[in-house]
Amino acid sequence: MKTLLEVDNLTVRFSLRAGEITAVDQVDFKLQEGERFGLVGESGAGKSVTGFALINLISKPGYIAGGSVRFQGNELTALTDEQIRRVRGNDICMIFQDPMMTLNPVLTIGTQMVETLQAHRSISTKEAKRAAVETLRKVQIPSPERRLRQYPHELSGGMRQRVVIAVALITSPSLIIADEPTTALDVTIQAEIMALLLSLCKDENMGLILITHDLAVVSQVTQRIAVMYAGRIVEVGATDDIVKHPRHPYTIGLLSALPQNKPRGQRLDQIRGVMPTLLDIPPGCPFNERCDRAQEICRRQRPGLEWKQHGGRVACHFVE
Amino acid sequence: MSTLQKIRQSDLLHNFLRDPLAVGSFFVLLVLVAAGFLSPLIAPHDPYDTTTIDIMDSEMPPAWMDGGESRFLLGTDSQGRDLLSTILYGMRVSILIGIGAVVLQAFLGIFIGLTSGYVGGRLDAFLMRVADVQLSFSTYMVAIFIGAIFKTIFGVGLYAQVAVPFLIMVIGFAEWPQYARTVRASVLAEKKQEYVEAARVIGFPSSRIMWRHILPNALTPVLVISTVQVANAIMSEAALSFIGLGMPVTRPSLGSLIKIGFEYVFSGTWWITLFPGIVLVLLILAINLLGDWLRDYLNPKLYKGA
Repeated sequence: MKTLLEVDNLTVRFSLRAGEITAVDQVDFKLQEGERFGLVGESGAGKSVTGFALINLISKPGYIAGGSVRFQGNELTALTDEQIRRVRGNDICMIFQDPMMTLNPVLTIGTQMVETLQAHRSISTKEAKRAAVETLRKVQIPSPERRLRQYPHELSGGMRQRVVIAVALITSPSLIIADEPTTALDVTIQAEIMALLLSLCKDENMGLILITHDLAVVSQVTQRIAVMYAGRIVEVGATDDIVKHPRHPYTIGLLSALPQNKPRGQRLDQIRGVMPTLLDIPPGCPFNERCDRAQEICRRQRPGLEWKQHGGRVACHFVE
Repeated sequence: MSTLQKIRQSDLLHNFLRDPLAVGSFFVLLVLVAAGFLSPLIAPHDPYDTTTIDIMDSEMPPAWMDGGESRFLLGTDSQGRDLLSTILYGMRVSILIGIGAVVLQAFLGIFIGLTSGYVGGRLDAFLMRVADVQLSFSTYMVAIFIGAIFKTIFGVGLYAQVAVPFLIMVIGFAEWPQYARTVRASVLAEKKQEYVEAARVIGFPSSRIMWRHILPNALTPVLVISTVQVANAIMSEAALSFIGLGMPVTRPSLGSLIKIGFEYVFSGTWWITLFPGIVLVLLILAINLLGDWLRDYLNPKLYKGA
């Protein structure tokens, strides 16, 4: 299998009035072609910023402070604006949380799909429309010809998210970054949309980076996951392995906090404390103040993300 | 669904028909605009054609008064022109200048406001300060200043020929900051919407995002100020003509007609001033009432449509 995406030491900083913060700190991971990868973590852990940084879309006051993103062998952080625009929406597409907000309210579905395709291919409007109908059919939207003439407000939330996925798919990208694609939908629709994304990725051999805080969703769809905490990856490995045998104390805490892992009637577990604000991350391991196993070394020395005996990478001093 | 059906079922039409004031002012405006633009066809005389004007007919009262003649329904002005015809022609000039000036304002204002709001930073600060400087000169001052220079350089004869485009330019340039500010404010609000982020992710160039994605969403307030600005431009033109800096006497607008008549008001010839005055007031009132209705309709705080 070929490597699709290789992220090395990616660091994103924001210079704010209150000081310089590091939202994404030396993140590295690899993605094979057609592989489905999950980025999991609490709000503010840097998942979305990582997603945006991959396609070089960090807006001021943020900037990519270091590291590299190689996509199909090309260094994305070194591309000019014009060059990266050809990658965005073409080879790498992004799907957002709220389908209400991501479709332009004044343009019809058809216009938005056609113009996306025409932004990247020299293709006649007629052909683009045909491609749009085909893509809408792929995401299982009934009577796609009629939908092309409709505006976003005429569709339901689930339908709209299908359209958003169709807009992303129309250029047949090799990687889709889905940033909490189901958070704004109700539970029954969530499962449908996730199943759709999964089958599309399989059929088209597309890579998927699924950004979510929902461990249940991520465990159903992805093959590998990375757990992020305070801008850093603390554990990477095969999804099954991490869900069944979490190694990092934070991952353990996250999993035991899931309500479905507790017998009925018992008090739910939670990780004590809150994630430190990015402005004052404690020295050493960023998790040390909330960790039950924390020792002197955790407050002094930051653990690296290292290969451990079980075959995954964990950033903890106490995992062998 | 056909376009006609869509229009018939739209909220806009429904809301409009339920508001008698809006319907009334729309009707008045329609009649005035139609009369103005059809004036060469419906006016009994051609006030621009000096051969048909007889100075002996001057200052005749309206037809229903003593000394009035049926061929001059509203009487004649000081040069013997039929007042009704002159008002119709003058209204056409006024409306033309009003719309022309607003088109120019809108063009400048949208371009500058959109660029300013979208690009932001230093360019934004610079353009908005230019707008502030522009706003600190009143329209009349700009017009008087430029008009005086123009007349000195090119002479009054040439000025009469280019008076319409000249007034459009002056009023248009003097009031673009209104538009620029409105557009900028609503672009700033739209820029933060997620669909703009999504458009950037899709890889559209900035110009396309600005013009095709943000602008249509930012147009609502522009629509509202456009109506008010047409009324304002017509009033500015009338005011300039009244102080003798607008349309020349040979091609009078409503404002210049009022001015012509004003010199004779105290000698009892009140009609030369009164009738164009009434028409001007009706025109402005109708536009402003329609503008008010449109603002209410488009204001999400007052109107909560699905």
